[in-house]
Amino acid sequence: MAILVDRDTRLIVQGMTGRAGTFYTDQAMEYGTRVVAGIRPGKGGSRHFSLPVFDHVGEAMRETGANASLVFVPALAAGAAIIEAVEAEVPLVICVTERVPTLDMVNVRRALEGSATKLVGPNSQGVLSPGKCKVGVMSTADVRPGSIGVVSRSASLTSEIVAQTSAAGLGQSTTVGIGADPVHGIGFVDCLRLFMDDDETEGVILIGEIGGNEEEAAAEYLGREKPPKPVVALVAGRHAPPERRMGHAGAFTFLGRGDAAAKIEALRAAGARIAENADLVAATMHRALPEKAA
Amino acid sequence: MNLHEFQAKAILARHGIPVPAGQVAWTPDEVTRVAADLGGSRFAVKAQILAGGRGEVGGVKLADSVDQAREIAAEMLGSRLITAQTPSAGHNVRRVYVEQAVACAREIYVGLLVDRNEGCVVLLGAGQGGAEVEKLLRRDPKSLVRLALPGTQQPGDADLRQFAEALGLTGSLVEEAAGLLAVLARAFVELDASLIEVNPLCLTEEGRLVALDVKMVVDDNALFRQPDIQSLRDEDEVDALELEAQRHDLNFVRMDGNIGVVVNGAGLALATHDILRDLGGAPANFMDIRTTAVSLQIAKGIGLLLADPAVKVILVNVHGGGMTRCDTIVEAIHIAMRWSGRKIPIVFRAAGQNAEYARRLIVDRRIAHEVALSMSGAARRAVELAKD
Repeated sequence: MAILVDRDTRLIVQGMTGRAGTFYTDQAMEYGTRVVAGIRPGKGGSRHFSLPVFDHVGEAMRETGANASLVFVPALAAGAAIIEAVEAEVPLVICVTERVPTLDMVNVRRALEGSATKLVGPNSQGVLSPGKCKVGVMSTADVRPGSIGVVSRSASLTSEIVAQTSAAGLGQSTTVGIGADPVHGIGFVDCLRLFMDDDETEGVILIGEIGGNEEEAAAEYLGREKPPKPVVALVAGRHAPPERRMGHAGAFTFLGRGDAAAKIEALRAAGARIAENADLVAATMHRALPEKAA
Repeated sequence: MNLHEFQAKAILARHGIPVPAGQVAWTPDEVTRVAADLGGSRFAVKAQILAGGRGEVGGVKLADSVDQAREIAAEMLGSRLITAQTPSAGHNVRRVYVEQAVACAREIYVGLLVDRNEGCVVLLGAGQGGAEVEKLLRRDPKSLVRLALPGTQQPGDADLRQFAEALGLTGSLVEEAAGLLAVLARAFVELDASLIEVNPLCLTEEGRLVALDVKMVVDDNALFRQPDIQSLRDEDEVDALELEAQRHDLNFVRMDGNIGVVVNGAGLALATHDILRDLGGAPANFMDIRTTAVSLQIAKGIGLLLADPAVKVILVNVHGGGMTRCDTIVEAIHIAMRWSGRKIPIVFRAAGQNAEYARRLIVDRRIAHEVALSMSGAARRAVELAKD
């Protein structure tokens, strides 16, 4: 097993015919992901990579039995593309687009209310179940199938931690980028729950950063439900100056909320093991895992 | 993007929010003319900088005459204001905003912002506003009134009236406040704002509501569809280096240290800074190379560091993946060094896609450097080199 994506994933790609869409669809197929169609309004009926292209998500769903969509649509239309996928009842939508206007995401969140769709992103590197399915833009150079779930707000740090856990012989069950934007789809808590229910996952690494209170929500969940698998947390930005935008729109400690120290304390108090710096994440997980019979 | 107070007020006034009569002035002479034009006997002179907290450091003063307004402005103009929200060197005051002073019977706090957890726009209010509002709210969080807006649609009239009553307004003021809040909510959506704060919203001694100070931030991601707002960008107030970097697809924040930091990805950059600081290092900048940046653009970013005499060593920490490969960064360093001609120690740490190739390439390109394999190792060496 894995979470969110696996060998049964049948993927459509919204915006497949663009430059980035073409590049990453190619990579995903090479990795073994089953891509069944692309969406590009105006190009319906044509083919791309010998795959059918449709004008609308609904059509593609009916024709191909897809169960997930990867959104590569440019920022100005990404919100509308996600809403189209929600209305077509795609069970899983993963959006990698950067710089989507926040109020468009406010409308997306409204469309998601009461829907059957799980949204990952936007501004996410995507979801990867090593050896099974890649839906996104992440590097696969250092991944290795294994037992650690990784959920993160940062693509670059995920690559780093993935390399560490591979080198430590742990490997990954699934890695999820929940996205770096202030308003986004599923969060740390949703992913922690999924990982706790996943047989293959033996421990979870949570990679947070300054801004928002996603980490605090995760801490609350951990404290309340005391899940059985170890959780190791890294929170980046301990030394970031306050109230300055640091790359990610969401990473911005506002009104005194969202500073790293408070997040780390909340997670520690809830029973998460804290990795003191980014170099120590895999080692911290190694210590946290129950010893296996040799 | 942060707007100046005078810009935010002009925008809100166009939407129909009452603001005090005021004008911008660049020189003491202009202040005299502006104050005389405005008329009245009391004026507020306010430094226009793109940072909060100016009230506590003398950036807002009241004058009882045109002459006094001029004297205050003469002192303010050209000074540097250092607040909790400015860089440590502070912001230069290049112009002031002169307003007719308004006597408040009561100061109310009203703000609109995006609640990232709920994924909606919320209207916040407190019956007691003013400079101390954060302290007051911390002491009594229950006094914060909150109304979630329905998506990007308008809130209902009844909800707004109830909100106004919760702020302690009564009688005809409830209707007036509800109308004002509806306008603010509409403006928030139309402008793609991420924050509009009216603090204080002043209840004047004559019983009118006036927006006495306004803070407005517009969503950078939406500027492509807000050309009017984009044209208000005050490039003089943005750090020249940061502006240059933005033009090259780099997120860049200038800092005070002597270690230039080149990293791809915001999270990795934050983590690199944490390690550097833990080891006693002082970064000269925050840099996040976006995945779309090509080697020439990255070279521009590295060039900014080479051009800064305070920078004594450059720490490169790249994790190749997606579209940015480690060797792209090496090409960028090569280009930047050739442009600049400056010799400076480089600590190079590469991981992920094409890391090994990049380590070979940096040798082939004859770039003097030291290789580190871990982030901590790289940071430790950079801190040592910065001390020499």
